[in-house]
Amino acid sequence: METRRVIDNTIKYLLLLTTLVSLLIVALIFIFTLREGLPAFQEIGLKTFLLGEVWRPGQEQYGILAMVAGSILVTIGAIILGVPLAVGGAIFLAEIAPDSMQTIVRPAIQLLAGIPSVVYGLFGMVIIVPLVRELKVPGNTGFGLLSASIVLAVMILPTIASIAEDAIRAVPRSYKEGSLALGATHWQTITGVILPAARSGIIAAIILGIGRALGETMAMIMVIGNSVVMPSPLNNNPLTLFMRQARTLTGNIAVEISYATGVHESALFATGVVLFILIMLVNSSARFLMRERANS
Amino acid sequence: MGESSVPMSKYETKSTTTNKEIANLKSRHLAEKAAFGLMWLGGIVTIAILAAVVGYVLLQGVKVIDLEFLTTAPQGGLSGEGGISTTIVTTIYLVLITIVIATPLGIGAAIYLVEYAGEEKGIVPKLVSIARFGVETLAGVPSIIFGLFGYTFFVTALKFGFSLLSAGLAGACLILPVIIRTTEEALQTVPRSYREGSLALGATKWQTIKNVVLPAALPGIITGIILSVGRVVSETAVFYVTLGGSYRMPKSIMSGGRTMALHLYYLAMDTMAFDKAMGTGAILVISIILINIVINYLSRRLTAGLKGV
Repeated sequence: METRRVIDNTIKYLLLLTTLVSLLIVALIFIFTLREGLPAFQEIGLKTFLLGEVWRPGQEQYGILAMVAGSILVTIGAIILGVPLAVGGAIFLAEIAPDSMQTIVRPAIQLLAGIPSVVYGLFGMVIIVPLVRELKVPGNTGFGLLSASIVLAVMILPTIASIAEDAIRAVPRSYKEGSLALGATHWQTITGVILPAARSGIIAAIILGIGRALGETMAMIMVIGNSVVMPSPLNNNPLTLFMRQARTLTGNIAVEISYATGVHESALFATGVVLFILIMLVNSSARFLMRERANS
Repeated sequence: MGESSVPMSKYETKSTTTNKEIANLKSRHLAEKAAFGLMWLGGIVTIAILAAVVGYVLLQGVKVIDLEFLTTAPQGGLSGEGGISTTIVTTIYLVLITIVIATPLGIGAAIYLVEYAGEEKGIVPKLVSIARFGVETLAGVPSIIFGLFGYTFFVTALKFGFSLLSAGLAGACLILPVIIRTTEEALQTVPRSYREGSLALGATKWQTIKNVVLPAALPGIITGIILSVGRVVSETAVFYVTLGGSYRMPKSIMSGGRTMALHLYYLAMDTMAFDKAMGTGAILVISIILINIVINYLSRRLTAGLKGV
């Protein structure tokens, strides 16, 4: 009896230790990334680093604004292309699809979520980039923000669709039944009652999609062109901005880390810190929204 | 109010619907049909995208896959000669290492959070909520940051170098939140009556967990592990900076190497061998499809098992 109790207590503290490992890892990541990135912040200066438009490590110039613009623009593009499709798909699955379609569409979304990012990148290189190149605008190589936005939209589609679908399904049936009883059509019920009720969950889904988009690395490198110049429109039409080649914050790190040394290497870690903080902010707001919904 | 234009039988009372109200209903129905058509389009487009990506990669890739492709090592060079044998082996080794490191830690943490954390007093609950915050934060970290961390901590600081060990440790950090989350969910679905019955029979808490709760939660736990396997197979950024780029067969846990996903990346970026890249991609896609099938099968068994209670 006594041995059993001793074993029980020992195991309890062992398990507590394993729980603290996660905390330890987060702390280590924070500490080490910051430690490596600090020299860059000190030598280059926070303002020059964050707002500098020129990234030329060979000439000691480390401004990441072009990459920030790249990341933000490609995310905006992905959201514009992906959210209507994802939310529409979520509504379809939650409210409209018959069982036969559900057994096809839901595993399809699950599979889309599991496909490796490099496969999407490869598909982008081989199919999407040549397609975009068909747009006959001088300076359009096919590689660039548009191709990257298309690929990224497909990659974040499953994330947004599944969380949005959960949010729609979580709306109490009484809301729907009450609306239908009052004479509204199914579609009126969806737009007038169900979607507003699921609004914070859907917004949380979109925000999580944004977080995922900001974090994507390899697929982006493969289709975005990796130009470190601030993206600008190709001609008078501002939309041609998206045909410009660019580079994301994530791509910046991955492409140069293998040969960077000294301040250059530190600057890449500093880019990591900026990325980390950006995504933390995005994810926290999503989590805040989802908890709000759970409490209301 | 006007009269309805619909003929009535002698058993119906006079309807008081106006023509205006009938027209309104018709237009609302029309709007609904149009909207539903759009939604159907959304669902179909999603399937079409999947079919396009998966279908194209499989079709192009299968042309390249044969026994020689799978059993020869890559030779390097601009035309990407050779096969993918070493990358398959490296991927399998890496999966094993990450799972072996992350699973005990993840399951242990989940057991503590679900079974023990509620009952502690004093400083422990504070530690636990910070730990939970740690798990949630970890889940949101982008994979390239795990790569950077792996590079500076495991590769450089701990001097493990570009190796399966560094990559395995970095990968374990990546999948740890997934295992913790899925194991927690699995443990939470085990009915309280299981635990209470076991305790009533005189078992200690740990005996209850070991012999009653864990076996009941096993399908869910295994689902989480297999999900993580899929994650490791698909991941690139983490291993890009911790494994090195060597395409040789790994000789020990300290050897570097290339996973299949990394090999695809190098093929696409450094060589003209898009056909071999498609082949590698096809193998990857087939692996993910198999993994998804297994997960779906296990999830169904999990819910069926609970229904049988």
